[in-house]
Amino acid sequence: MRSTNVSWCSSQNFSGIRKCNAEGTGGVLPCEMTTAVDQLPIRLAADRDGAFPDLVRHLQDGVYSGVLQLTRNRHDAEDVTQETFVRVYRALRGYDEDRIKNLQLRPWVWTIALNLCRNRARSVARHAEAPLVGDRVDVFEDAASQALENAVLDEWHQRLAALPRPQRTAVVLHHVVGLPHAEIADSTGRSESTTRSDVRRGLARLRTLIEEETR
Amino acid sequence: MTSDEPILEGLAALQRTAPVDLLDRVLLGADLADSYTEIEGPTGRAFVAWNGRGVTTFVPVEAVGTRDAFEARHPRAASFVDAPPDALSRHLELAIETGRLGGLPVDLSSLGDFQRKVLQKCAEIPPGEIRPYGWIAREIDNPGAVRAVGTALGRNPVPVLIPCHRVVRTDGRIGNYAYGSPMKRQLLEHEGLDPDAIEIAARRGVRLVGSDTTGIYCFPTCSHAKRITDTHRVEFRSEEDAEADGYRACKVCRPAA
Repeated sequence: MRSTNVSWCSSQNFSGIRKCNAEGTGGVLPCEMTTAVDQLPIRLAADRDGAFPDLVRHLQDGVYSGVLQLTRNRHDAEDVTQETFVRVYRALRGYDEDRIKNLQLRPWVWTIALNLCRNRARSVARHAEAPLVGDRVDVFEDAASQALENAVLDEWHQRLAALPRPQRTAVVLHHVVGLPHAEIADSTGRSESTTRSDVRRGLARLRTLIEEETR
Repeated sequence: MTSDEPILEGLAALQRTAPVDLLDRVLLGADLADSYTEIEGPTGRAFVAWNGRGVTTFVPVEAVGTRDAFEARHPRAASFVDAPPDALSRHLELAIETGRLGGLPVDLSSLGDFQRKVLQKCAEIPPGEIRPYGWIAREIDNPGAVRAVGTALGRNPVPVLIPCHRVVRTDGRIGNYAYGSPMKRQLLEHEGLDPDAIEIAARRGVRLVGSDTTGIYCFPTCSHAKRITDTHRVEFRSEEDAEADGYRACKVCRPAA
C-alpha cells in the first residue's frame, strides 16, 4: 500500500480556500474584510504561501475596479490585476518576517498596481489610439446588459481620461476603490494634502465635463 | 456641492467584481498552483502536473479516478489544461519514450533535502536496469538509510519519470511499488527486463554477476553485465564473494562501496 496520504494532503487548507472562490462565493462579508485585512500581514509573516490566497481574495475586487478605470479596457485591467498580485507574491518572497508584519498592505499593493498601469499606458501610447471598447471581454450573458455595461464604462473612461493623471488616480482610488486619502498618498508618493486637492480638483473637472455633456 | 452627489454615486457604481478565475491565474503565475493535463504513459493514461519550474506530479489515472479527485488530493491548487506548453510537451514525450529525464525539468523544490537527493540519484538509473535500495543509500553517502530510501521512493511525486520502479529489494526481489507490484513488473517488462527471471535469480541467491575474461563484477542488469556471454558468466552471492575470487567492482554500475 502506498503511504502517499501525508504528501498529498499536507496543504488541504490551501485547496480549501481555492474551492471557496471557485464556487463563486465572491469573498467574505465587507465587515469581516476590514479586520481580516488588518491581520493579513501577521498571517503572511507566519505562513506566506498559506495566507497569500486570502490577500488576493480580499484585495482583488478593489484592485480590479480601480485598474479598470486606469487602464484602457477590461482585458488590460485583468492582465494588470493579475500581474500586480504575482509581483506582490514575488516581493513577499524576498521580505523577512518583520518587514512583512509592518507592511501597509493596501498602499503597498497599489504602488505596484499603479506602476503597472503607468507602464501599460506608456506601451499602449506608442501604438495608434485604439477604440476603448476594442477587445473587451464580455461578462454578461445577455446582450442588453453587456451593452449597458460597456456604455457606462466608456462614458466614465472618457470623462476620467480628460483628467490629469494625478487627479484621475486620486479620484479613482478614493471614490471607486474607497481608499482613504492617507493610503492614496502612500501609494502615489504625493503628500496627503496634495492628494486631497487632487481629489477635489478632479471632481470639479468631472462636474464641468458632465455639465458640458448635458448642455 | 450638491451637484457632486450624482458624480460620487456614479463613481461608486464603477465598483466591479474581479474575474472569477483571477486567483487561479495569480497562483499559477506565482508558481503557487500547478497546471495539469492527462497524457498517455507507458502503462496507460496518467495525470501530469507542472508549474513554471517543471513537472511536479505524475500519477496513473486509474490510481486517482476523476479530475475532481486529482484536484482534491493535489497538494496545491491545480487547474486543468488541454496540453502542456510545447517545450514541456516535447520533453515529456521524449522522457516517456526513452525512459530518461533528458531535458525534462522536474520541480522537487517542495521536498526535503534527503528525498530530493534520493530521487535525483534514482533518476540516474538507466532504463532496463535495476538497483537495490542500499545502492542509493550508499551513493548519496548515507549507507545506513536503506529504509528511509524506500520511504522516500514510495512518496516519489513523479513515478515513471523518476524511475523508482527500477529500485528493488536488497535480496534482488522486485518488491513493492506505490501503485502495486504488478505495475512495477509491467514497467520493468516495458523496458525489456524479465520480471520472472529477476525473481528466480533472486531466489537462487544471485546478487551480482562477473566476467571471467575481465575480472569485473556488476549488478546483473548493468549494460556491461548483459554483454557477458554465458560461457564467461560467473554468479556471486555478495561483493565479498566476488572480491575473494579476485574480481573488482564495475565502475559504471558501482555494485560496491
